[in-house]
Amino acid sequence: MCLGIPGKVLEIHTPDGGMPMGKVEFGGIARDVCLVYLPEVVVGDWVLVHVGFALSKLDEQEAREIFSYIEQIGELAEADELAMPDELPDELPEALSPAEREGEGAA
Amino acid sequence: MEICGGQTHAIVRFGLDEILPDEITLIHGPGCPVCVTPIEMIDKAVAIASRPEVIFCSYGDMLRVPGSAQDLLTVKSAGGDVRVVYSPLDAVQLARQHPDRQVVFFAIGFETTAPANVMSVVQAQRLGLDNFSVLVSHVLVPPALHAVLGSPRNLVQGVLAAGHVCAVMGTREYEPIVAQYHTPIVVTGFEPLDILQGIYMCVRQLEEGRAELENQYARVVRPAGNPAAIAQVQQVLQTVPRKWRGIGEIPASGWALRPAYADFDADLRFQVQHVAAAEPAECLAGEVLQGHRKPPECPAFGRRCTPDSPLGAPMVSAEGACAAYYHYRRRESRDRPAEGTEPR
Repeated sequence: MCLGIPGKVLEIHTPDGGMPMGKVEFGGIARDVCLVYLPEVVVGDWVLVHVGFALSKLDEQEAREIFSYIEQIGELAEADELAMPDELPDELPEALSPAEREGEGAA
Repeated sequence: MEICGGQTHAIVRFGLDEILPDEITLIHGPGCPVCVTPIEMIDKAVAIASRPEVIFCSYGDMLRVPGSAQDLLTVKSAGGDVRVVYSPLDAVQLARQHPDRQVVFFAIGFETTAPANVMSVVQAQRLGLDNFSVLVSHVLVPPALHAVLGSPRNLVQGVLAAGHVCAVMGTREYEPIVAQYHTPIVVTGFEPLDILQGIYMCVRQLEEGRAELENQYARVVRPAGNPAAIAQVQQVLQTVPRKWRGIGEIPASGWALRPAYADFDADLRFQVQHVAAAEPAECLAGEVLQGHRKPPECPAFGRRCTPDSPLGAPMVSAEGACAAYYHYRRRESRDRPAEGTEPR
């Protein structure tokens, strides 16, 4: 619930009911998100989304970084299925890319 | 101390506490809204959800939180219409689709979910729905911070504030807290690198003898927060005293519906009579939530208390400290020493 997910606004529309809604893309999955709290948002902006509402605007570079982290820890699946994974790996997830690990040397 | 349960999970999962020097101790704070929802609220939710005319909608995390006798999942498996929703607007949609049923939404959370939760009420009002109501149980971070920092047992010297709470509320309400307790507060994000940077900024303040509010999460958090969201929340909700599960009542620490929105208050609509709440005596959730104990120190941890059969909420919630240690430090819990000291 605390974890917001960043996504890119693909389109904006105002259906009956009167609230601006956006089609927001999170790594290939597009979801309807309510944009009522970010009236200044335009198509192409990146927004941080909580429980179906965009609450903050971010710049694209920062959004890409957050998104790769969330993908790593499988939160996108959690947000989609709303369930805690039953099986978790025994080992800690990789925090470094293979190239960075190679460069570690003797730590 | 990190406030938010999401930060706790990142710390435990990525072993940030284990890679930091021994001089730095991380204490987990009470920022798990599912964990601190009072047991009386769970019992009310269970009672309302058990009514045949009700479609009870909730964020997924709440379903397995133990009440005095049952949880919402038990109600569902007994035939109750309990539905997990991603957004409060999904609950409003259900109310439109089922005019013959009473749709109730469990509106819990810290300040982060309040803008979404109140919009469901605003929408329902706009649509003229008479079959939609909300059971509200919001909690606020600043009063909790006062309770922690003002406690005679307090050992916290620096605070990582919850980044997404501050994305909504801004940072200004933390400045008086910094001043009152002379404690650095750094608004921090949720990536491992965010958390390490937040800790670094706290330590640097302490070493320089400063106590200031700093913002590590500036890419998301602005000092004024989200003014449109704050205005909408303040229109619909008012500050009330709130009981925090495991901790007790903290004054002016919760939000409830204003009288103008009483028509949408599930508490009033269903008039649930409360039965005295009973927590298992073994459960140390309160100690864990206030940062006085770590989950592996609890004698029941991993034994009589597991996510499948939890004694308390922190073992069930995705943001609960007990669940984090159970899922990411299970080898430690199996091998932990008899005297209950925390393993390295």
